[in-house]
Amino acid sequence: MNARARAEFEILKDRERCCDCGLCAKQCANGVYSVTKEGGWRIADEKCVNCQRCVEMCPTGALKVIKNRNAPRSDGNWHLQAVREIYKQAETGGVLLSSMGNQSDMPAYFDRIAVNASQVTNPPIDPLREPMETRVYLGAQNREVKRDANGQIKPEGGALRLEVPVMFSAMSYGSISYNAHAALARAARELGTYYNTGEGGLHRDFYEYGANTIVQVASGRFGVHKDYLNAGAAIEIKMGQGAKPGIGGHLPGEKTVGDIALTRMIPPGSDAISPAPHHDIYSIEDLRQLVDSLKEATGHAKPVFVKVAAVHNIAAIAGGIARSGADVIVLDGWRGGTGAAPTRIRDNVGIPVELALASVDSRLRAEGIRNRVSLVAGGSIRNSADMVKAIALGADAVYIGTAALIALGCHVCRSCHGGKCNWGIATQQPELVARLDVEEGVRRLVNLVTAWKHEMEEMMGGMGINAIEALRGNRLMLRGLGLSSRELDILGIMHAGE
Amino acid sequence: MEERFAEGNVRIPAGCAISGFIHRDGRLSDGGAIITSIATMRERSNGLGGGFAGYGIYPEYKDHYALHLFYADKVVKRECESFLEERFDIINLSKIPVRKTPGVVDAPLIWRYFVRALPTRLAESQLDEDEYVSRCTFDINTHMKGAYVFSCGKNMGAFKAVGYPEDVGEFYRLDEYKAYSWIAHGRYPTNTPGWWGGAHPFCLLDMAVVHNGEISSYDANRRNMEMFGYKCNLQTDTEVITYIFDYLVRKRGLTLKEACAVIAAPFWHKIERMPEEERARAEYLRRNFSGLLITGPFSVILGYKGGLLAINDRLKLRSMVVGEYKNTTYIASEECAIRAVAPVLDRLYAPEGGEAVIAEVMR
Repeated sequence: MNARARAEFEILKDRERCCDCGLCAKQCANGVYSVTKEGGWRIADEKCVNCQRCVEMCPTGALKVIKNRNAPRSDGNWHLQAVREIYKQAETGGVLLSSMGNQSDMPAYFDRIAVNASQVTNPPIDPLREPMETRVYLGAQNREVKRDANGQIKPEGGALRLEVPVMFSAMSYGSISYNAHAALARAARELGTYYNTGEGGLHRDFYEYGANTIVQVASGRFGVHKDYLNAGAAIEIKMGQGAKPGIGGHLPGEKTVGDIALTRMIPPGSDAISPAPHHDIYSIEDLRQLVDSLKEATGHAKPVFVKVAAVHNIAAIAGGIARSGADVIVLDGWRGGTGAAPTRIRDNVGIPVELALASVDSRLRAEGIRNRVSLVAGGSIRNSADMVKAIALGADAVYIGTAALIALGCHVCRSCHGGKCNWGIATQQPELVARLDVEEGVRRLVNLVTAWKHEMEEMMGGMGINAIEALRGNRLMLRGLGLSSRELDILGIMHAGE
Repeated sequence: MEERFAEGNVRIPAGCAISGFIHRDGRLSDGGAIITSIATMRERSNGLGGGFAGYGIYPEYKDHYALHLFYADKVVKRECESFLEERFDIINLSKIPVRKTPGVVDAPLIWRYFVRALPTRLAESQLDEDEYVSRCTFDINTHMKGAYVFSCGKNMGAFKAVGYPEDVGEFYRLDEYKAYSWIAHGRYPTNTPGWWGGAHPFCLLDMAVVHNGEISSYDANRRNMEMFGYKCNLQTDTEVITYIFDYLVRKRGLTLKEACAVIAAPFWHKIERMPEEERARAEYLRRNFSGLLITGPFSVILGYKGGLLAINDRLKLRSMVVGEYKNTTYIASEECAIRAVAPVLDRLYAPEGGEAVIAEVMR
């Protein structure tokens, strides 16, 4: 019942262009295309997720995927999606699952913030003629200055060096493929930045990229052992994720196969369930002990990140983390992506990262402890302008996940949880994984970040700023458009025209 | 003018002229030469602010803090004086002598107090005397509307007003003071400042800063300094630059050269080319105090006890030249301002961007 009404897309096959090569059927892991006994094409619209794989691959351009013109009646209250979701739940009795970030049309504050430029009273700086510095160090600052017997400063305290203020955020081996990880790791090395293992452990092949790897410790502790902790340049404790604050994760047994099970250190075929809390962290003092334990295990040589979902009381939570001995706080906004999350949680729990970031930065400054930690913002940074605005609001650097996957070929079909990614990214099926060309992936990731760097340099130059640290927290460079006084107050910016 | 557009309530960018000199042999000279020098660059100011600072001008009270205050009226003066009496031993107080000058009008009440902290109050505060004086200054400037401490160092003093600098010098009778170093400023603000506090130099304890430029890192710097307890009441670049120097040198124990390696840090590509130990130190300074890097155009002369420091932004987006004749070092926005008082020079050069020039009285 209702299969036709549930179909979100319909496929138009141009019979005149079609050469009956059958490539579309071979390319579609969702089984949309099949051949009838009579030799004609049968197209199952309801199985289509609109990943565009068949469209891109069709040698004659005979395919188009469009929004299904057939739809049950909907209105301003009962939106089409709401009706379809009820059909689905009435059929399965299950929790609705979604992939990638919150897609609601609630405001993205980044889109309502304008950036400044210099005119007359000070000069813009041309990045083609003058040095423009984008290097960032993550970790505690403003440490006490120590001197040797000759009175010379003794440089102390490590910090994580990024040549660009962008890192690839946590996506586990398991949620994404071996080839996707390989591309992220190699691109991070080429760019002088970092990628993040997520909570699936670190595949033995990728230990060689350790100097550009952030190893994650999450509530399931999958794949965590001493060598793993020491393999990376930094360790991230994942307390929460913007796409699903307050809940854990679940990698089904059918995906924990072969190397994935090995890397996670669990029996093949067993469900990998990450609990909602860390069962050794029920309070802030427990977090401090975990931070200390991880530092002990790594000889106090690695900075420790703590990643939290942006929730209502985020400013106070961040204050607690800053006092826990952690070096970096990662704020993940409610638009952050995921391989799978309950739809209702993804779309209704948490707050936008812009507000969380601004309020955390302000609070840490008010308490005089902003220098103890660096702030990284994610969820979701879509382009270089979002990045520039996040830094001016107070971030030291940003994390990108979805943007990186799109660069790798993701078409945002939001079906990662199905495990049948036709682009070889969010799948473990070897024939699909093989579709992702690592070399090409590295090139595209490096291109993306390099392009953003150029754009950021142009914007910085326009503001008369030639080093990224002078942009960080420089909120005078931002103005709000169409925001209420309350929103401006929280963001700590003035309205355009003021 | 509307209150909401007054300096302190809005940020007013300004262009400027700066000048200064120091007799490295400790010789004293009156304010005549510095007025001549800054007046040469009249083009660079617009009559909305001028000021001076001299070092070594109060030898008879050299161990006392010389507080220079503006008062809007007698009511706030009484309030402020009772505030001072509760906290300080005031050994001398007087109006700062002025001469009526057509170019300087609407003067507030201008008073001077030579003070030491009351020993009991100082002990109670658990602070050193400099910090005690600095906090009292912030208290007055932040909370006492209509009262403003514009100079609070020892054996030095600032003199400033709305007007052209040569008129301001005449107004304050600078020809009657003798100093081993002088700095001066002519201001070109883009908006009417409304009152005298925003003129340069900006002072805290023994430091006095004159500055030409508009820094693009302002809000990043301000928010950092406010975290360390400084209040940026004027919203001017000069104010925040002074606080950064005070913080790095007095509170964090950096040398002036090291402080310059923070505010006008060498570019990373230059740091990479330094010898290993120097490279590690430069990288450390930049990374440990990254929020205090200043970008955008600036030329600054910083006066301090026994010396002058001059520094440009990293790209040298503002003109500044240094001249030397015998035992005197001159610094100015333009060469003409030096030649006006020292036509013959042993040496004249333009320091590179980020290059700190330090001239001190020989011991």
